[in-house]
Amino acid sequence: MDWMLGSAPDIVYYSDRQDLLCDEGNSDMTVTSDNGVNVQALLDAREVLKGAPEAAQFTWRATSQWQNGVHTQVKVQPFFGLGEEQSHKAEHVFDADHPAVFAAEDNGITPIEYLLVGLTSCLSAGVASVAQNRGIQLRSVEATVEGNHDIRGILGADSDVRNGFNDVKVSFKIDADATPEEIEALVAQSQKRSAVFDALTNPTDVTVEVV
Amino acid sequence: MSEHPTAIDTVVIGAGHAGLAASHFLSKSSIDHVVLERGDVANSWRHERWESLRLLTPNWLTRLPGQPYAGADPDGYLSAAEVAAFIEGYAAGTDAPVRTGVKVTSLRRADGGYDVVTDEGTIRARSVVLATGACNRPSVPAFAPGLPDSVRQVTPFDYRSPDGLPDGGVLVVGASATGVQLAAEIQRSGRPVTLSVGEHTRLPRTHRGRDVLWWMDASGVWDQRYDELDDLSRARRLPSPQLVGTPERATLDLNALTELGVDLVGRWSAVRDGVALFSGGLRNVLALADLKQQRLLDGFDAWAVESGADVGGVSERPEPTRAPAAGRLQLDLRSGEIATVVWATGYRPDYSWLDVPVVDEKGRLRHDGGVVDSPGLYALGLPVLRRRKSTFIHGIEDDAGEVVDHLAGWLG
Repeated sequence: MDWMLGSAPDIVYYSDRQDLLCDEGNSDMTVTSDNGVNVQALLDAREVLKGAPEAAQFTWRATSQWQNGVHTQVKVQPFFGLGEEQSHKAEHVFDADHPAVFAAEDNGITPIEYLLVGLTSCLSAGVASVAQNRGIQLRSVEATVEGNHDIRGILGADSDVRNGFNDVKVSFKIDADATPEEIEALVAQSQKRSAVFDALTNPTDVTVEVV
Repeated sequence: MSEHPTAIDTVVIGAGHAGLAASHFLSKSSIDHVVLERGDVANSWRHERWESLRLLTPNWLTRLPGQPYAGADPDGYLSAAEVAAFIEGYAAGTDAPVRTGVKVTSLRRADGGYDVVTDEGTIRARSVVLATGACNRPSVPAFAPGLPDSVRQVTPFDYRSPDGLPDGGVLVVGASATGVQLAAEIQRSGRPVTLSVGEHTRLPRTHRGRDVLWWMDASGVWDQRYDELDDLSRARRLPSPQLVGTPERATLDLNALTELGVDLVGRWSAVRDGVALFSGGLRNVLALADLKQQRLLDGFDAWAVESGADVGGVSERPEPTRAPAAGRLQLDLRSGEIATVVWATGYRPDYSWLDVPVVDEKGRLRHDGGVVDSPGLYALGLPVLRRRKSTFIHGIEDDAGEVVDHLAGWLG
């Protein structure tokens, strides 16, 4: 079920060129392309979950353990979905720390860099899925993501500066059997159906408690 | 009261263009029927729309079964009052059996059909046509009640003109036909407008010198049938295009609004402590709309080549939509900057009086091309009911003819 980790792609067939108004993208659904995305499984899942919204309720989890200084280790394995407990096939361990310029040990990337990891991997998964569904063969998909961050916010140096990113820019370089416009459409559609793009661009209700 | 039938073959609920078109075909099939109307004929056009509203479709397309447009301005666009007069003329011309001022309070199954309960008694009908439309109530986000009391909230049902608004800034929410039209006229009135933009459908008013709706009609896009579309549910949710009917045939897209001085912000996602929070995804909804418009125009041109139609004109592509350099992500509603919020966030039908279990969990009628999921019950005038053109005035003819055929077959 790791297709749900990133972006649920927009799964719409375009068998008919005349279907001009329906949605982003347009393909003749050639089945020769293979980007390694099991589109049929996604289409089937979409149909099943339409009639079973409770099965579509997932809970993603991570547990963290403070190490020392600003170094924290985070482990991810179990999650909930399709009505029952699920598990990644292995435990994934992530270290978050700060670099030497923050007078830290640099045991891992900074927490806010993990947001960039999430965003670019989610959008790339979306590009691959939408391309597969539209019969577009990808040869390479590279992205550079930059988040501009004024650290006076987190340092409390200026109360008018926010803590988070001021803005984020993702630049895709895509080599595929497609026109430049079709590639633009892939990238646009992948944003439209991206979990992380949504989580970054729209507010989310966050509760932090002590138990 | 006594002269009205208490048992009848068919009751049509609603005397707008859809109900009257149904009546036209029922009469042709000699089916005994009555059209019940809560207010006046063409009630929504008279009482529930703003003053400057004009049809999006040009006059030459404005026709009802047996009644073409006969005025002197085929390329113009009817005002709401003219639409009401056009529909009223149709009611008179077809001698439709309309009872105005009769409110249906309940519809329920009964022996041999349905009981149509009204404030003037109950009518037993073997079949019923719901022609109450898709736009009975404004649709407003769930967070609307959480806005500060100092901000006045207005929907298209109570908005008439900018003069009715207090001075000060106006936040127009929604960038479909309603939103862009109201944003433009409010900005021109001197009230600074911020427009919250979610997914939308961008269209130029004209392409190669012809009205864009000429292309929709001629190329066959509008005739695409509901049972041939790949994703019907999506087609039915498509927002109305950014169009306005003016004598200049001007395009009213987001670039035009930016030139007027309107500020664009992203989709309004939440209110937190009196502060409106807008999505940071504005650029992407602009890109999506530009790509879709591009593809639609490409499709029109391809159709012109394939069909050999003598279309003429120069094919141009509108400029990409300009995103604001630094779009705002939040706006403090307590600061006094915004005096009014105008919800142009869509409309929804009202089926609260419908005591037949045919409405899904999202409040939509369950039907197959207007044949409702309850024998003898029919609907007309809903988005993509049987074709893409279903909700346009000229689009009712094919739908009403087919739905009444089915109804006649059911009556036997």
